[in-house]
Amino acid sequence: MIVHSGEFDKVYSALIIGTGALSMGMEVSMYFTFWGLERLKKNELDKGPLSRMNFFGLGKWMMKRKLKKSNVREMDKLLEDFNELGGKILACDMTMDIMGVDKEDLRDEVITDYCAVGTYIKEAKESDVTLFI
Amino acid sequence: MTKCNKLDVLGETCPVPLVETRKAVRKSSPGDIIEVIGNHPESKEEIPMAVEELGLELLDIQEEGDQWKIKIKIPEED
Repeated sequence: MIVHSGEFDKVYSALIIGTGALSMGMEVSMYFTFWGLERLKKNELDKGPLSRMNFFGLGKWMMKRKLKKSNVREMDKLLEDFNELGGKILACDMTMDIMGVDKEDLRDEVITDYCAVGTYIKEAKESDVTLFI
Repeated sequence: MTKCNKLDVLGETCPVPLVETRKAVRKSSPGDIIEVIGNHPESKEEIPMAVEELGLELLDIQEEGDQWKIKIKIPEED
C-alpha cells in the first residue's frame, strides 16, 4: 500500500485497511511517501487536515469528536496494532531527500526500513492487493 | 494445556474486534479456544471470514439480542 496523502482521513483509512488486512492473515507493507511521509514525523500522525470540509480545522475538530463518540480507535493505537501484528512501515528515501526530512525527524521506532520505488514494485508484483492512498 | 481465553470487544467498532481477535490468536497455542464477545454487527460476519482465512476452526456462533459470542479453536499441531 502506498500512503501518498497526509490528510487525516486518508491516513486513518490506510491504517484501518492495513490493520484489517493483517487481521485477515495477509502480510502488509505501507510505503509512506510525499505528504504521507509527513505523518511519520514525531507527534505528527494525526495532525493532517481533513481532505474535504476541513474549514480551517473546524471540520477536523468535529470529525475527531464524532470518531471519539463512535469509539473509533485512535490513530496512534492503530499504528501500534499494525506494528504488533507484524505490518511493515516503509519510509521513502527520495521524499526525505527532496523534503529535507532527516531520520532524526521521523519516528524511527515504528519504521521498519527506508527504501525506494524498486522495493515497492518488487513487493507489489508479488501482492494480491495494492492500494494508492 | 488447552486454555479458553475470553476476549471482550463489547462497544468496540471497526476494525478493533477483528484486530483484537487476531492479536488473541497470535498469543494462543495450538488447541486453545478463544471466545470473543461483542456487539459490532459487521464483526460478527467478518471474524468468521478471518477464521477461515487464518485456517482456524469456528466452533460456535451465538446471538443474544445485539450481542454475539464467537468460539474459535486454534488447530492442534500435526
